[in-house]
Amino acid sequence: MAIGLSHYLAVAAILFTLGVFGIFINRKNVIVILMSVELILLSVNLNLVTFSSFLGDLVGQIFALLVLTVAAAEAAIGLAILVVFFRNRGSIAVEDINMMKG
Amino acid sequence: MILQTIFFYLFSAIVIASALMVISSRNPVHSVLFLILAFFNAAGLFVMLGAEFLAMMLVVVYVGAVAVLFLFVVMMLDVDFTELRQGFLQYLPVGALIGIVLLAELLIVLSGWVFAPDVLANPVRPIPELNQLTNTEAIGRLLYTDYIFFFQTAGFVLLVAMIGAIVLTLRHKPRVKRQVIADQVGRSQKVELHSVEPGKGI
Repeated sequence: MAIGLSHYLAVAAILFTLGVFGIFINRKNVIVILMSVELILLSVNLNLVTFSSFLGDLVGQIFALLVLTVAAAEAAIGLAILVVFFRNRGSIAVEDINMMKG
Repeated sequence: MILQTIFFYLFSAIVIASALMVISSRNPVHSVLFLILAFFNAAGLFVMLGAEFLAMMLVVVYVGAVAVLFLFVVMMLDVDFTELRQGFLQYLPVGALIGIVLLAELLIVLSGWVFAPDVLANPVRPIPELNQLTNTEAIGRLLYTDYIFFFQTAGFVLLVAMIGAIVLTLRHKPRVKRQVIADQVGRSQKVELHSVEPGKGI
């Protein structure tokens, strides 16, 4: 059975679902939530590259490159915020992040 | 063809299994290491799709930069991670429900659609044949001409991220003495002699 477009899309869909599921079950651990976001962005990239390959169109790969850039920037900023928050509070639990709630 | 099938199932099985381990591992260091494994195997899938440049970018950017950054932060922060895992089972049912619904929706969408007939015939930028132009060169020719604005914007995004991360994490310790050159140069008497007690300073 030849590997077609829908096989790759199914893998990307499962990966996306696992990322969303990871955000739900690790409600307290910000680091794992950030890793789940990385998984979601990876599945999106896989989708883009799959369509690019099967449609014979190079623009999808350009877009995947831009998504990669944004994902790297997001991880850097997110982890910097996490480090600052840990310095101030001594914990990274998500439910402590409501200090600014009025 | 059979080799392609074998490698597809190998790579995708490892990607999915390691993604599962990322979200369910007890130790966040193990999570990061499984994330690296997932990225490597996703890079394998990219190679199978003919996107060699993006596969190498995935390894360089994600494994070399992002995952190492994660590893660094996980090891640097002294966090009690067992405490953070409380409520894991509490959120499991609703998370599983939403996950199953989402996956079912995605797979239903996946199984029930076809391309429009004229989509395959006229791509916007067709991928050149590999014996004429490599994937990297083709992406470069496209990225530096038609998509130069997006390329520059991506560079600015990375610059802003870098400056933001430095500004956020920079910390001046109050006890550290710094050299202020303007004060030194601006003194009225250029040369002074002091009798300094040992260990005190002026």
